Amino acid sequence: MPVIEVKGLSKVFGKNVKQSLKLLDDGKKKDEILKQTGDTVGVNRASFEVEQGEVFVIMGLSGSGKSTLIRLINRLIEPTEGSVTIDGEDLAKMNQDDLREVRRKKLSMVFQNFGLFPFRTILQNAEYGLEVQGIEKSERAEKAKEALDLVGLGDYINQYPSQLSGGMQQRVGLARALANDPEVLLMDEAFSALDPLIRKDMQDELLDLQQKMKKTIIFITHDLDEALRIGDRIALMKDGSIVQIGTAEDILMKPANDYVERFVEDVDRSKVLTAENIMVRPETVNIDKHGPRVALERMREEGLSSIYVVDADRNLKGYITADDASDARKKEIRDLKEIIKTDVPTVGRDKPMQELFEMIHDSPVPIAVVDNEKLVGIIIRGTVLAALAGESEVHVNV
Amino acid sequence: MFDFIPEIPLASWVDWIVDWITSTFSFIFNPIRNQFGDFMSWSASQLASVPPIIIIIIVAVAAFFLTNRKFGLATFSIVGLLVIYNQGLWEELMFTFTLVLIASVLSVIVGVPIGILMSKSKLAETILLPVLDFMQTMPAFVYLIPAVAFFSIGMVPGVFASLIFATPPTVRFTNLGIRQVPKELVEASEAFGSTGTQRLFKLELPMAKGTIMAGINQTVMLSLSMVVIASMIGAPGLGRPVLSALQRAQAGPGFVAGISIVILAIIMDRFTQNLNKSK
Ligand SMILES: Nc1ncnc2c1ncn2[C@@H]1O[C@H](COP(=O)(O)OP(=O)(O)OP(=O)(O)O)[C@@H](O)[C@H]1O
Ligand SMILES: [Mg+2]
Repeated sequence: MPVIEVKGLSKVFGKNVKQSLKLLDDGKKKDEILKQTGDTVGVNRASFEVEQGEVFVIMGLSGSGKSTLIRLINRLIEPTEGSVTIDGEDLAKMNQDDLREVRRKKLSMVFQNFGLFPFRTILQNAEYGLEVQGIEKSERAEKAKEALDLVGLGDYINQYPSQLSGGMQQRVGLARALANDPEVLLMDEAFSALDPLIRKDMQDELLDLQQKMKKTIIFITHDLDEALRIGDRIALMKDGSIVQIGTAEDILMKPANDYVERFVEDVDRSKVLTAENIMVRPETVNIDKHGPRVALERMREEGLSSIYVVDADRNLKGYITADDASDARKKEIRDLKEIIKTDVPTVGRDKPMQELFEMIHDSPVPIAVVDNEKLVGIIIRGTVLAALAGESEVHVNV
Repeated sequence: MFDFIPEIPLASWVDWIVDWITSTFSFIFNPIRNQFGDFMSWSASQLASVPPIIIIIIVAVAAFFLTNRKFGLATFSIVGLLVIYNQGLWEELMFTFTLVLIASVLSVIVGVPIGILMSKSKLAETILLPVLDFMQTMPAFVYLIPAVAFFSIGMVPGVFASLIFATPPTVRFTNLGIRQVPKELVEASEAFGSTGTQRLFKLELPMAKGTIMAGINQTVMLSLSMVVIASMIGAPGLGRPVLSALQRAQAGPGFVAGISIVILAIIMDRFTQNLNKSK
């Protein structure tokens, strides 16, 4: 069962909500509705599910409704329509007491500008969530300290937020959220206020923590690189609507429409693509069945200067060059084993494309992509360049 | 030009209302006048019976620590208070100080909760803002008249008038301070499941403290001015020598009493300001 389930969730800001909802039903756009009714569509019929342990990223340009959406999830903003269930309970129908209980125990939030209380020490800030639950002082201090240790701020507990750098302040924000031991972390542009280097550190740290804790995280960002780095799945928003939900690869390789395509246009593909994404089907010969003649014939048909050799189970054995094959035919050698070369450059399916550059540059033959010794694909220079240029058609799986 | 409209008897309406309030609520006003009046005279005379040197030392030491161990305010307090003592106005000073203190404390007790209410309710804010403007712009003297009707003469009507005249800044600044709490912090406190009361006491009031203290500072200053004016209706204190000097056209004694008021004002102002900064 998903931890969070969002169904048909909408938020319209303004006074003519009913009329605006009707216009949304008619498929009218955000700006048309603004013109007609004066209302702003914050979120339009968003639906998705988030599984336990998943990092779900919501991405979109400024004003696309990300903050509104995440605030609908813990009901800092009252939904106009639709439902949000957490562990099967509908938040929108809860009374104030139950809602407060859910916020205390199940959902914690991390804010863009940290949201720390300036008059409280780091420890007191981290304790806040426990304090409002009425947890006894020594116990909450202990839990808050644990959380601060986890984010590496154990030595700063008596400082005030203004004495810490931005990155450290956001760690406190994270510790405050973790101290409650919530099921779900809601992070609204949590790293956007940090400068790029610190930001990358924080992303790594979050991923590290996530390895240990396996929380369910809903993470908002307007930065595609960040989304691709940390998201298990990504939802892309535009004008309040979710236009595509999928893994980083789905978004990059199969953009649902022009908007997504333009959004992902200038991402640095080499960081996200792996060998698997750009490999092509290999031409092979069978080491037990075929001889130099067949190999030479196949190479001639396909216009290749070398060909890979496998056995009946597709285990990679090596390769044969065209020169060696024609020599062998002249000398009437029948067995491929005598001319096979085994200095094959191989990589796994998930080798990042970035690292393929150099290999392919130095290698006389295409790189073999293997999975448990079995040849699953090859990478040729042309496909690497094509993938870099963003031509998604090059992606051919075996 | 508009002579065809007869003069509206606004003044007699107000008279009528004041009379009605006086007679209807005399069962409340009378005990307040008696007991509260007694309490104030008692506190003031208690204070006046403390040897001046002790009070001066206490004030100086408090000033020293409040200003983070600087000598400026402490020195000023010693010299200023000695001048007042030297001019034979010590007892008046004690009375004025007591009145201001009591009036300000009452203003704060009334003003802060009203300010909180205003910050929480748009409706309350809409209604109260013009009322506050009215209370503050009406000439201070005017409050003395119904005050006398309700409480006769003396300290009690003085404090009552001061309450009306001096409370608005505290209300205003409390409202402002709470409304100025950054939205993200309010969201943070909500997101972690605070109740309304927790949000108020754990976030909003601590955040608004500086602003509220600025309002209280203004309240204290307005109280002081009102308490001085209240000598016109028989409140004891530094206002009396000013008034009698005025009636006899004596510039010298009037000026001396005036200086004493200024000294007290400066000391109280700096004290309330530093109370705000030090924490
Ligand atoms: N309280 C509000 N009242 C009226 N309109 C609002 C309110 N909050 C947000 N909106 C509108 O809803 C839309 C979505 O805003 P939202 O803050 O969710 O965007 P966002 O994707 O978080 O943008 P950003 O990247 O700038 O934070 C915007 O058009 C915004 O103007
Ligand atoms: Mg936002």
